[in-house]
Amino acid sequence: MYVYDEFDRAFLAERVAEFRDQVNRRLAGALNEDEFKPLRLMNGVYLQLHAYMLRVAIPYGTLSAAQLRRMAHVARTYDRGYGHFTTRQNIQFNWIKLENLPDAMAELAEVGVHGIQTSGNCIRNVTTDQWAGAVPGEFDDPRIWAEILRQYSTLHPEFTYLPRKFKIAITAAGHDRAAIKVHDVGLRLHRNEAGELGFEVLVGGGLGRTPFVGKSIRPFLPVRELLSYIEAIMRVYNQYGRRDNIYKARIKILVHEIGAEEFSKAVEAEWAAIRDGALHLTDEMIEEIRSRFVYPAYEALDDEPAEFTAAMADPRFATWFANSVHPHKVPGYSIVTISLKPVGAPPGDATADQMDVIADLADAHAFGEIRVGHEQNLCLPSVARRDLPELWRRLDAAGLATPNVNLVNDIISCPGLDYCALANTRAIPVAQEIAKRFADLDKARGIGRLHINISGCINACGHHHVGHIGILGVEKNGQEFFQITLGGRADEQAQLGTLLGPAVSYDQVPGLVEDVVATYMELRSGPQELFVDTVARLGVEPFKERVYAAH
Amino acid sequence: MAAPQQQKLKVNGPVAVTANRLSDGVVVWRTAAGGWSTDLADAAVVTTAPEAIALLESASVRHTDAVGAYVAPVVVVEDGTVRPGNLRERIRVAGPTFTLPGALGADLPAA
Repeated sequence: MYVYDEFDRAFLAERVAEFRDQVNRRLAGALNEDEFKPLRLMNGVYLQLHAYMLRVAIPYGTLSAAQLRRMAHVARTYDRGYGHFTTRQNIQFNWIKLENLPDAMAELAEVGVHGIQTSGNCIRNVTTDQWAGAVPGEFDDPRIWAEILRQYSTLHPEFTYLPRKFKIAITAAGHDRAAIKVHDVGLRLHRNEAGELGFEVLVGGGLGRTPFVGKSIRPFLPVRELLSYIEAIMRVYNQYGRRDNIYKARIKILVHEIGAEEFSKAVEAEWAAIRDGALHLTDEMIEEIRSRFVYPAYEALDDEPAEFTAAMADPRFATWFANSVHPHKVPGYSIVTISLKPVGAPPGDATADQMDVIADLADAHAFGEIRVGHEQNLCLPSVARRDLPELWRRLDAAGLATPNVNLVNDIISCPGLDYCALANTRAIPVAQEIAKRFADLDKARGIGRLHINISGCINACGHHHVGHIGILGVEKNGQEFFQITLGGRADEQAQLGTLLGPAVSYDQVPGLVEDVVATYMELRSGPQELFVDTVARLGVEPFKERVYAAH
Repeated sequence: MAAPQQQKLKVNGPVAVTANRLSDGVVVWRTAAGGWSTDLADAAVVTTAPEAIALLESASVRHTDAVGAYVAPVVVVEDGTVRPGNLRERIRVAGPTFTLPGALGADLPAA
C-alpha cells in the first residue's frame, strides 16, 4: 500500500470544504447549473437518470481494508447499501443526494479517497494490473510508476482542459491484465537487452464510437524519462487535438489522422526540448515514491500446508481454488480473485455488508489489502495458502465465492439504461439473463475462458469491442436492439471484435449467445482451443451461418 | 447517444416536461400550476411544439428547484391515466428493471 502524507490529507480536506461551499451556493441559487456542473464534475459527481452518482477513483486499483470499510459505510449511510465497481478501477455510488455529497466526500477523504479527476477532460485515474506486486515474473511493481503519474497529473494546470478525457494504463507482466492497448496511452514496463528498466509506449488506443488498438511509438523509454515523455505527448495532443467536434477529440483520432509516425516525430521534437528539464526523474525521486509503498511482511511458508491439502478433498473448495486462485511470487502465498458476478446478480456490484466482509478478510488474511480489476472483480493479492480454506468458507457464506472467474458468466457490463443518462439500452439485465443461461458452472468450465462484454451505448464503458463476445445496445425506432461482435480481446494480443451480423432484439440476445457458444463447442479443435482462438482460426462466418439460420 | 436535452424537439403526440430535483436528483414533472411533482399523474400534458416550448421555458425560470428539464413523451390511456412514453422514461419513473443489491434496494419497485 502507498502511504499518504499530511500534504495529501490537507489537500483533500481543503477540496471537500471548497465543494461544500459550492454545493451550498448552488442550493441557495448563487450558482446556476451551467456554473455548477463543471465544478461537480471535477469532483466526480454526475447526474444520472434518477439520482446523482459519485464516482470515486481507486488509484491503480489498490484499496486498504480501512478504505473499503469506509466505502461500505458511505454506501450504507448515504446511498442504498451497495456500490458498483467499474471497468476503470473506480467505484460508483448511484443514489447519493446532492445535499449529502459533501459529508460523504469528507468521510471518504479521511481515508484518502476522492472523486477528483474521475470526470472531465483531464488525465483520469491511472490504472494497472490488479495483481501488481504479487504476480510472478513482473519487471517491476507498476504501481510505483502509476503513483508517479498520479502525483504528476493531479490538478496539472496545463492538462486540466484537454480536448477530451485522457486515460493511461500500465502493465509490467508478460500477460496484460490492464488492457493497455485500448487506452489513450499504454505503458508496457520491461527490460532492454542491457537489463535496464523502461517502457514501451503505445498511443491512440481506445474504444467508444471510433475504436482503435494503440500504436507503439517508442519501443523503449528509460523509466527516468517517463514524465518528460508523457508531458511531450500531452503537449502535442493539447496543441493538435481537435476541439471543434467532441466525437473527434480523443488522441486516437489525432494519431489516426496524422499517422503514428508523424505523431511520434512531433512528440520526439517536443521531448528533445524538455527531456533534461525538471521532469527528469532522479533516482532519489523514484526511491522516495518507492519507499512509500509498504509491502507485506511475508513469512517463509510451505506451498502445501496441511490445512490446504485437507481442504482440497472438498470438491467445492477444490473447484473454487482451481478457478479463483493464482500462484504468487512468494512461496506459500496465493492471489485470490473474488468474483462479483454471482449468477443473476448485477455485474460488479457489492453490498455494504459484502464490502465489510471483504475488508475484514483482507485484514485477517491478506495484509489489509484489496485490489480492483477492470473485469469488475475484486482481488486479495497476498493470501497464505494455509488460510485459503478459512477464507473460502467466509467468502462462500457472503455469496462471494462463485467459481466463475474468466468463464462465460463472468460478464463485464456497463450500468446501461437502468442508470445512465447516455445509454440507449439496458446492459445489466442482458448480462443477468445470459449468466442464468449458463448457470451450470460445470458446463461453463467445459466451455472454458470466454469473456462477454456488454455496453448499453456506443461510448463502450462495457468494453464490448474487446469482448470475446461483444454486445452493443442500439436503439431502433424506440426499441432495444443489440449488435454482436466476436473475437475481440483486451490482452497483449488486443484486437477489436468482428461484427457477426444484423442487430437482434433484446429477447433474442441470450439465445443467440447460447447458439454462438454451442457453435464454438462443435467447431473447436479440442478443449484446449479457447473460444477466441477458434474465432481467430475460422472467422465469424461459420458462426454467422449457424446463428442466423436459427434466428 | 445525445441526452434528450441536446436533441431537437419533436412533438408527435402527448408530452410532458421532466427534470431531476436539484437537492437529491429525484425525477420530477412540471405541473400545470407551475410547480414540480414527483408523481407523473400531476404532470401537465401538452400535444403541440409551441405548448411544449412554453412549458419548458416556464420550467427554466427558477433554477433552484430542478435540473436538466426536457420534453419527454408520455402516453395517455383511455381512463386518462398518464404513463411514460418510452423505456427511458419508464425506468426514470419506476427505477432499474432488476432487483437492486442490498436490503434497501430490494424494497424498490420493479419497472
